[in-house]
Amino acid sequence: MSVTVKDVEHVAKLARLEFSETEKEVLTHELNEILGYIEKLNELDTTNVEPLSHVIELSNVVRDDVVRQSASAEEMLQNAPDRTEKFFRVPKVIGER
Amino acid sequence: MQDFFIPSSLIIQEKCCLNDFEALHTQLIAGETSCEKITQAYLRRIEQKKNLHAFLHVFADEAAERARTVDRKLADGTAGPLAGMVIAVKDVICMKGHPVTCGSRMLENFISPYDATVIQRLDAADAVVIGKTNMDEFAMGSSTENSAFGVTLNPMDESRVPGGSSGGSAVAVAASMATTALGSDTGGSIRQPAALCGVVGLKPTYGRVSRYGLVAFASSFDQIGSFGSTVRDVAYVLQTIAGHDPCDSTSADLSVPDYLKALTGDVKGLRVGIPTEYFTSALEAEISGPIMQKVDLLKRHGASIKEISLPHSEYTIATYYILSTAEASSNLARYDGARYGRRAPGVKDLLEMYTQSRSEGFGNEVKRRIMLGTYVLSAGYYEAYYRKGQKVRRLIKQDFDRAFQEVDCLITPTSPTSAFKIG
Repeated sequence: MSVTVKDVEHVAKLARLEFSETEKEVLTHELNEILGYIEKLNELDTTNVEPLSHVIELSNVVRDDVVRQSASAEEMLQNAPDRTEKFFRVPKVIGER
Repeated sequence: MQDFFIPSSLIIQEKCCLNDFEALHTQLIAGETSCEKITQAYLRRIEQKKNLHAFLHVFADEAAERARTVDRKLADGTAGPLAGMVIAVKDVICMKGHPVTCGSRMLENFISPYDATVIQRLDAADAVVIGKTNMDEFAMGSSTENSAFGVTLNPMDESRVPGGSSGGSAVAVAASMATTALGSDTGGSIRQPAALCGVVGLKPTYGRVSRYGLVAFASSFDQIGSFGSTVRDVAYVLQTIAGHDPCDSTSADLSVPDYLKALTGDVKGLRVGIPTEYFTSALEAEISGPIMQKVDLLKRHGASIKEISLPHSEYTIATYYILSTAEASSNLARYDGARYGRRAPGVKDLLEMYTQSRSEGFGNEVKRRIMLGTYVLSAGYYEAYYRKGQKVRRLIKQDFDRAFQEVDCLITPTSPTSAFKIG
């Protein structure tokens, strides 16, 4: 399994990142190198091993459904790059294209 | 760099002032100093050692004000257990009304709307936060060279790195700019800079300390811990910040032991494990030598030493690469330019806003890790990489479970080398 520039472009699109042609070349090389190293894990037979997502194995943690004080809309809008009244403003979502 | 004149008497006074926490606290209770004096001494020290670039933000006025409040509480007899402790906080932990940049252009202008649980607990115990420290961007790195705001220098040798990602916090303690410091550790980010700067650093067990208000890198690994000049100082901080928090459902609902009481100095009967895989020929003698001296010391004081094996050690880095980058790619998806953080100017639609904002806001190392993480989670590769990594994670954990049936603790090197040159 070897990563190509095309793969890098695909993954970049998924990650919402953009790279120059030179950066893509570099990333292709780096990803291949890291993935080559990761291949090492295939030396291990893990057929009957359960995946572990967390070192402390937790089941669902629930709490009582009671109303608690939370931050105001105004506080949450303090870091907004752009806003209008009580809303975050973003560029047009439904465009002509 | 001699901006102001410091009389030699003051330097001596400051030396005794900038002490470990227990010494400071004793002086404070005896009325020999005040919290404000201690805080001012640290502030002067930060100014003197500015070139190390340990801090991204220093809260001079606010820290002095807080110190005066602590002094009033001391006079009233109502001061908390950490009165006299001046603490530096890695710039990845939220403090209401203060920046939390994570060493990234992405969050350059972000102001925390709330306090992390650890900050609330330190406040309640009357510690004084003096400022926020430099770090590798989003805690990704082991040299603090990946900060968007410049490198931090190792105070022992300014041509060398302090380690990372919590490099600023390690330096703050190593250069006496704070009594203790908070850091975060995902894959060594407290332990390694502590080792490279010659201070004590502790990554508590996952779940011991609430992560509420810690900006996430890899959520199943991230943990807040502390730096200090002594083990006891680190224990004081842990005592305050440890314990269950309803705001972090992964914090363990277990009672917190008395750490200070546990530090008796008595090691008789302690079963110490030496994992053979960690002491290969590749390890430099300057690292293995001193460790073995300490092992001998423990032995002389009655500890039993046992060689043990952690057979999956050679797979840990590969596993960590997969799992930590996968979690990071998911966690860092939140930086989309919509609600907070950097938004690229002049974008014409939503997709361009996401892509431009992220491409401008993140540095190269962060982008590289997001790319790897996205790749290992993508359709067609999820099983081969991410699932495989999770399975090997269990095998690694089982190694430790087995080891801890035979021994009480393990001794390992923290880093295979001492501090390396910048660049």
